[in-house]
Amino acid sequence: MPLLRNGHIALDQWVAVGDDEALPEDAPIIVSLARWRAERGSLVDEYRQIGIRLKGGDNAEEIANDLPYFDLVAIEFASIADGRGYSTARLLRDRYGYSGELRAVGHIIRDIFPFLHRCGFDAVEARNDRDAKAWRESVGAINVAYQPATDNRLPTTVLRHLPLAAAAE
Amino acid sequence: MYQYDTYDKTLVDQRARQYRDQAERRVEGDLTEDEFRPLRLMNGLYQELHSYMMRINIPYGTLSSAQLRKLAHVARTYDRGYGHFTTRQNIQFNWVTLEQSPDILAELAGVEMHAIQSSGNCIRNVTADAFAGAAADEIEDSRIWAEIIRQWSTLHPEFAFLPRKFKIAVTGSPNDRAAIRVHDIGVALHLNAEGETGFEVVVGGGQGRTPMIAKTIREFLPARHLLSYLEAILRVYNQFGRRDNKYKARIKILVHEIGAQPFAEAVEKEWEQIKDSALLLPEDEVARITSFFAPPQLEKLGPTAPAFDAKRLTDRAFAAWAKANVVAHKAPGYGIVTISLKAPERAPGDATHTQMDAIADLADHFSQGEIRVTHEQNLVLPHVKLTHLFGLWQALAHHELATANAGLATDIVSCPGLDFCSLASARSIPVAQRIGRQLSDIERLHDIGELRIKISGCVNACGHHHVGHIGILGVEKKGEEFYQITLGGDPGTDAAIGNIIGPAFAGDRVAGAVENLIDTYLAQRSTNAERFIDTYRRIGAQPFKENLYATA
Repeated sequence: MPLLRNGHIALDQWVAVGDDEALPEDAPIIVSLARWRAERGSLVDEYRQIGIRLKGGDNAEEIANDLPYFDLVAIEFASIADGRGYSTARLLRDRYGYSGELRAVGHIIRDIFPFLHRCGFDAVEARNDRDAKAWRESVGAINVAYQPATDNRLPTTVLRHLPLAAAAE
Repeated sequence: MYQYDTYDKTLVDQRARQYRDQAERRVEGDLTEDEFRPLRLMNGLYQELHSYMMRINIPYGTLSSAQLRKLAHVARTYDRGYGHFTTRQNIQFNWVTLEQSPDILAELAGVEMHAIQSSGNCIRNVTADAFAGAAADEIEDSRIWAEIIRQWSTLHPEFAFLPRKFKIAVTGSPNDRAAIRVHDIGVALHLNAEGETGFEVVVGGGQGRTPMIAKTIREFLPARHLLSYLEAILRVYNQFGRRDNKYKARIKILVHEIGAQPFAEAVEKEWEQIKDSALLLPEDEVARITSFFAPPQLEKLGPTAPAFDAKRLTDRAFAAWAKANVVAHKAPGYGIVTISLKAPERAPGDATHTQMDAIADLADHFSQGEIRVTHEQNLVLPHVKLTHLFGLWQALAHHELATANAGLATDIVSCPGLDFCSLASARSIPVAQRIGRQLSDIERLHDIGELRIKISGCVNACGHHHVGHIGILGVEKKGEEFYQITLGGDPGTDAAIGNIIGPAFAGDRVAGAVENLIDTYLAQRSTNAERFIDTYRRIGAQPFKENLYATA
């Protein structure tokens, strides 16, 4: 599965490590919340890059204090219908100030790219290479935002009343 | 009414193009049905028993004549010549093809309409008082706030995949005609002591298999905080609502399981964090939206209309219609007219393309070009001069639209039932038709007075049977259709869930059972002015039950 960062196929140097697997040498690792909690001390001591993988039901608040340790947060979408990850992402970015890579993993189809993008995700585990083009096209396919979100696009409530917008009307 | 600016137009045009691409990918097999389902649902396309069904949003039930003409055109061109107005103020077309569905959305975009989020587990079309802007008893036009909510909720990226569907209703009048207490969120407009606009917020109402009346979680929310408060509620629900069982996934179950007070605390805690964010409503935007709902330019008339009074004295049929279907307007000399879509032998809420065209023309002639859809599945001309009522009535009669039964026993709310719906357990429409036949005598119908009968073909309760004065629920037992009867439901200010009165009836006995309940009411009412629901509240279920099952 190709990794997309901001709509471009990117090298994925991260290694997702199962809870019972040995840690690879010298590679940045992605671990579960459970493993992070269990091995936090030794993981931090190794001075390596650490990513964490949250399941749909893991809330942002649970890792809020640990965010300085993470260079990557992966949020899992078990199915397209499980929308909890959107709230988790927005809280990580907007409330807890997380600025590292925010990666959507699991059941990701290109039709949810615009929602992911507006909620602060900058990376996805895509299905195929064509999804890179799909990301770039779909995040701008609807370029009107009725509400503020994490992408910092100006919502219509504000945009309509900018002096420039009034002049353009 | 609200008119799109370039932003609104751009959004629906882009959305229509995006959907066309998705539908084409499905037709070509590039998307599996599992992948396409949530996408088509977010554009109102359901797969039903015989065909696809498309549900189109009518935000807060307000239509222009041009929009209604377009719906007539869609009915004629893409359907079998009619449409079905729903209890959520929308319209459904029952005979749509997947291949043509993108064309319908493109046509709708041309008249500032769309089907975004008319189904799926997201924030659905926001509903409001069908008499908003015209009702004599309203504080402020609820559509201002409904439009603000419509925009905020449209393509909200965080809430596109909620645990379950989510419905918001707004009332601007102390007499709730929007059924806010059986919605996921209800918003009731109030003025505080300083005269500022704000809202009582109620949460966790709903019907379906587990009917509940919403609880108040905030008495007064200043208007500028409306969106941040809604966002806080939705965020709590999105994170903590149950996803393990779709029958326990609505917000009412979350509120019920953790309790209204703890739920309110969780919302307030979240809200504190976001109340002064970009969600704070800018005054100039509220003013802009308010300007679209400025009162129409109506003539200054006296409160009496002698020509209207004279006609009522000489024409009994007209007088009966005017009594049932016309209510007071805030402007003297005007009335609010309900056009009943409950003519005998018709499916409740259905209108043909010729009827829709005719109503659009009549709206242009008599009602400022404006039409409303009610949650009772009728249409409304909101601003009609009393002196024009007779002419309007004659024109409506020509199109079988002058049935004098608004709010009466044959003004039956019904879902499409097993005749159309893949979820249904039993038929609804034939039961409604049989009751209509039984109560066809107009004098008697008017003597019975206000009586809300509501029929659902399954426990999902799309026919709102839980809040019918008489509710009828179709169930299936060993391959046969039976109907359970409830009494005492009410969607309004005194919202209540009806109680099951006893064993269910076979389909051919339901109309007789309703007749029996009405006989008990007529025998028991204290005065002719005491409504069925008032009598029920006064004497309870027992007398009704005794008579109903006496001969069984």
